[in-house]
Formats: sequence, C-alpha cells, structure tokens
Amino acid sequence: MAPILEIKDLHATVDGKEVLKGINLAINPGEVHAVMGPNGSGKSTLSYVLAGRNGYEVTKGSILYKGADLTAMEPEIRAREGIFLAFQYPVEIPGVAGTTFLKTAYNAVRKHRGEKELDAMQFLKLVREKQAELDMTDDMVRRPVNVGFSGGEKKRYEMLQMAMLEPALAILDETDSGLDIDALKTVADGINRLRAPDRAMLMITHYQRLLGYVVPDIVHVLAGGKIVRSGDKSLALELEKEGYAVLGTEAA
Amino acid sequence: MADVSETETINQATTERYKYGFVTDIESDTAPKGLDESTIRFISDKKEEPEWLLEWRLKAFRMWQELGEEEPSWAKVSFPKIDYQDAYYYSAPKEKPLLESLDDVDPKLLETYNKLGIPLQEQKMLAGVAVDAVFDSVSVATTFKEELSKHGVIFCPISEAVQKHPELVKKYLGSVVPTADNFYATLNSAVFTDGSFVYIPEGVRCPMELSTYFRINAAETGQFERTLIVADKGSYVSYLEGCTAPMRDEHQLHAAVVELVALDDAEIKYSTVQNWYPGDENGKGGIYNFVTKRGACRGKNSKISWTQVETGSAITWKYPSCILQGDNSVGEFYSIAITNNYQQADTGTKMIHMGKNTKSRIISKGISAGHADSTYRGLVKVMPGATGARNFTQCDSLLIGDQCGAHTVPYIEVRNKTAQVEHEATTSKISDEQLLYCRQRGLSEEDATTLIVNGFCRQVLQELPMEFAVEAQKLVGISLEGSVG
Repeated sequence: MAPILEIKDLHATVDGKEVLKGINLAINPGEVHAVMGPNGSGKSTLSYVLAGRNGYEVTKGSILYKGADLTAMEPEIRAREGIFLAFQYPVEIPGVAGTTFLKTAYNAVRKHRGEKELDAMQFLKLVREKQAELDMTDDMVRRPVNVGFSGGEKKRYEMLQMAMLEPALAILDETDSGLDIDALKTVADGINRLRAPDRAMLMITHYQRLLGYVVPDIVHVLAGGKIVRSGDKSLALELEKEGYAVLGTEAA
Repeated sequence: MADVSETETINQATTERYKYGFVTDIESDTAPKGLDESTIRFISDKKEEPEWLLEWRLKAFRMWQELGEEEPSWAKVSFPKIDYQDAYYYSAPKEKPLLESLDDVDPKLLETYNKLGIPLQEQKMLAGVAVDAVFDSVSVATTFKEELSKHGVIFCPISEAVQKHPELVKKYLGSVVPTADNFYATLNSAVFTDGSFVYIPEGVRCPMELSTYFRINAAETGQFERTLIVADKGSYVSYLEGCTAPMRDEHQLHAAVVELVALDDAEIKYSTVQNWYPGDENGKGGIYNFVTKRGACRGKNSKISWTQVETGSAITWKYPSCILQGDNSVGEFYSIAITNNYQQADTGTKMIHMGKNTKSRIISKGISAGHADSTYRGLVKVMPGATGARNFTQCDSLLIGDQCGAHTVPYIEVRNKTAQVEHEATTSKISDEQLLYCRQRGLSEEDATTLIVNGFCRQVLQELPMEFAVEAQKLVGISLEGSVG
C-alpha cells in the first residue's frame, strides 16, 4: 500500500531560521498519526509547510503526497487535491457569511475533482446534516466566518468544513486547545466519524487529552525539529505521565 | 467612426479586463466640435425646447464662461487640463424613432444591450423593472409606461418631461443644485442633453424599481445627463442607475447632475453601480466622472438614501449629498469605492442638517489596489436651527498591496449644542492569514481577495436592491482582477 503522505529528511526554514531539521514520516491510508511535542518543537511549522504557507521554505528533503511532489503545488491546489488543515487559530473574515465561505470552498474543491457544483438547496441540505452532527445551529453557521466565535465554536466550524470537504489527508493543528470537555467530545466525535480506510489524519497536539477520544495508530514525538521517538498509543500516555523531559527531549 | 476596426482590435486584446468595452456602429447626428452659444442653441433646437429653457441654458453658459475654466482644485485628484473646445456636446442616434415597443428599436442597439447583459425584453417580462434606456444622449426605449401611468407615476426622458410637464420641470429644475453651484454643474446646466425625469404623486408607492442604463458611445462626446426625481408627499420610489462604457483611449468627461426632492413623509432610495471604463493598467484612458448629486429632504419626516458602488472611471469626483431641511428628515449615504491600477477616487457626501431632529448616517468603504488613490471626503454640517440633530459616520479603508493610498478627510461643522456627531474610521489590509485560510480551503488568491473584499463591503451591499447586489458583487471581483499575485 502506497502512503498518502511521505516525508523524507525534511528541512524547512521560517524567516530564514531553520525550524525543521530532518523529518521522516510516512502515513498510510486509514491511519491516524499523532505528532506530540513541547512548545517550539516545530509542530505548527510542520502543518504550515504541508499547507504551503508563504515564508515557510523547504530547504532540503522531499514531501510526496499521493506520489506527487507536494512542494510544487500552490496552497489552493493542495487543498483541492484533498489536504485539509484545521487551523490552531482560525482567522476571522468579517462580513463573509459562514455558509457563503463554505459553499465557495466546497464548490471549488468539487469543480477540481470534476464533480458538479451543488445548487443552493442541495448545499444547504448537506450543511444541515453535517452541522447537526456537530451540535451547530443555523445561526452559528451563517454568522461571519469566525467573527466573535468562542474557542469551541471556532474548532467546531473547522470540523464542519472538514466534514464537508472530505479530505484525503486531514491535518489537525492543536484542535483540542481551548476546548472544554463537552466541546472536546463533540469535536472528537466529529473526527472519529471521518476516520475511513481511504483517509489519513495527522493530529498535532501538545497534550494527550484529545488522544483519549481519538485513538491514534501511531504516536510521534517531535523535538528540536526532528522526530525523536515513534510508538503506539501507549507512548502518548507515557509522555503524559513522565513529561517530555524524561524522554530525553528538550523543552524549548 | 473611422477607427472602429482599430478600436475593435484594442477591445479584443483587452476584453478580459473590461468586458464592456466595445463600440456600436450607429450613425450620429452630432453638433460641431466646440462650445459656444451656438452649441447651446443647437442642442436646445434639436430638442425643440421652449424659450425659457433656452434662456436658462444660456444664463448658465454665460456663468460658466465667467468662471474662466477654473475647475475646482481642492480634490485629491490630478489630470491634464481639459480642452472644453475640443469635444462634441451633442450626439444622437440619427434616426430618432418614436417607438411604440421594443420591436421598433434598432437591432444594433438591442445587440449592444445584450452584450451588456441587460436584454430589455427579458427585463420587461421577468424583472418587472421599468427601463428608460439612455443610449448616448437620447432615450430610445421606455417600458412599463402603462403600469406606471396607472399609478400616476411619471417616468420619462427629461426632454419629454420638458414638453409634457413643463410646470414640474420649471418648478424643480435647478432647485437643489443651482446653476452656479460648481464648475461642472454650471457646465451641465448649459449643455445637458438628456437624462431621466421621475415624479411620484402624493401618497403613491412606486410599484416597481426604476432603472436607467447610461452609456457613452460616440467618440469624444462628453455626457451631460440631467436627472430630476420628485417624490411628492407621502410617496416612495427606488431608483437604480447603472453605467458601463465602451473602451476608449482618450479621456472622456462625464459631468452629470442629479437632483432629488422629497416632500413631507416621502422617501427616495437612489442606488448606483458605476462601472465606466477606468483606463488600462498603465493609467491610460478612462472616464472622468465629475458628478454633482444632491437631494433635498424638503418636507418633514422625509428620507433620502444614496447607495453607490463606484468601481469604474479613471477619476471619480462625486459627493451625493442630502440637505435635511424638513424636521425629522433622514439622510443616508452608503458607499463602496474601489480603485485599482492608476484610478483616482475622491468621493464622499455632505449632510447638511437644518431641520430639528434630523438624522444622517454615513457608511463608506474604500478599497485601494495597485497604484490607486482613494479619498473619502465628507462634510457633516449642523446649522443653528437643527436642534437634536444626529450623525453617525463610519469610514473604513482596505488596502491591497503596498503601492496604493487611502485618505479620509472628514469635515465637521456644528453650530447647535444639542447635536450629536460620531465619526469612526479604520484602515486595514487583507492579512496573509486570511489569504492562507481561504486558499487552504481551495480558493484561488483572486477568489479569496474578492470574497474578503465583498465581506468588507457587506454593510453597503446589503443596502442595494437584490438584482443590483448580485451584479455589484460580481463587479467587485472584476474590478480587482490583476491586483494580487
């Protein structure tokens, strides 16, 4: 089975400073990987490099997505090809209704896949189904994108987008941060519902908390820009108990 | 029309950027080039005008001559001096038909409208919008007359109103924008060719949105439209004005005057989508849009609301204003001004509070991209008698790129202690985070920019009538093409 994502000896700089220093990682379809690590270890940088953010330069190594060179693709092409990043801090877009944003994104992706764009009625029906699963009201979905949202609402809106766009590779950047226990369960349920044999997920998190609800197949520890350990879900529990320092990793 | 083929070649090369750029080959009946008393007489004669109107024009022309071509210079715009003698002041489709129906319209004209996406037939059947289409300077088709006349509404070319309703025209023409108001208004008063006239009788709610499409066509013909809308006591009317213009290399002057009069308890809603040719990406060509628009809330409890989406023209010089004379009258100004490449816009409003408890609200959204310069210039004036006057002003500017400018010049003059005047202003840029967020969801950079800008403009877009709002949103995208990446 060919991996969906294959990262080899990845080095990357942010504003000229090297943050990723030789990452190796392969994720197969159906797998859920967790990347854990202390602050400043390069977790968010990894997610932005995969999304193609400006200023995040790959200086060495390779990233293959479904066998193709990911670094050659513009951010929107990556998205249309099935990469979804749930942002740690989703940005506000004043005046743009959540449904409008979702529909624009949804149809852009469908068009790229050679599928017919949905009309307003079909689209709304689909959104209603998905939003109900995430305990979201019509009002929440219609409000301007992320404007005045609580932390939990922002994360749920990210999950709604993910559910609509049905990515092949979902990258969840600190999706558990800022969530109370009820919201955490709702979001975790949303993630679990999307687990599928043809879909891979990369969960980036500081804490083990989310992993109690979304059980990963493989856990990696990122420190100093490198993956220093990999193991099964028990590694996350070990980290939770002992802290990053005990594992021979340096906290930033 | 000698260089039509050349123009067409230019058009083909540039239609991506400005899809409304084309010239229709129709013979014009044109006044000789230049401007003197004989030009005025030519126009007046062509229109078979009564003596009083000719005199009115001549008086304005003499006034204009005394101004010695001293154009106003306070606006933050720059352009080469205009040679007013090097232009034509009257041009009409040669065989002016007296039309009973659209079937009688020159097929070439209809084709033009089709290219513009405004097929009259379809509009007539589907939209329920009465259209007084101004092609160059003469109106050629007016629809829905019967339905309107049932309600006593008069909606016709102003030249027709001069013939059929002289008492109304005489009473209100120049009563809001006096002949001596400003350089361009004075010029317009002398040479105006056509425009719309609307009268809504007492107590009548106009049964449909009224709209006019303006177009500049013949080369080097300035357009001097004159529009007069009178809403009698307790009446209501919503008027839509949309403009597109064909591709041109030389600058073209457009100096229109729009006057609105709202009597007791009357309301006028005036919406504009302006998409004149803005010039190319190097700042060559484009329309000069020097327009005087003003409304008088003459009666108590009257209301005038201006909504404008300004995306076109090389230079926009425009301040739709409200004179709040009647007690409890309300003035509103909602504006989106988008400038790209080398466009310049100096636009805003004046709210003159005279009556008691008068209210005004100003929401202005300026977007600058490329090398463009955009200025909001607004005056809020509270006169001594305007006890309890209130104003709220919000001016937001959005910059795209680092070569453009946005300026806000608010003037506030308060001469009554009880007045409350609020002013808020912001300037922002589209952030990298916003662009990344959108692109990560599959939107191209241009689509992301359009979406973000439309969001920025939302407060104003939602003031537009439905069909205009859709068109305006598309225009926002078209106007910003080439501004990112």
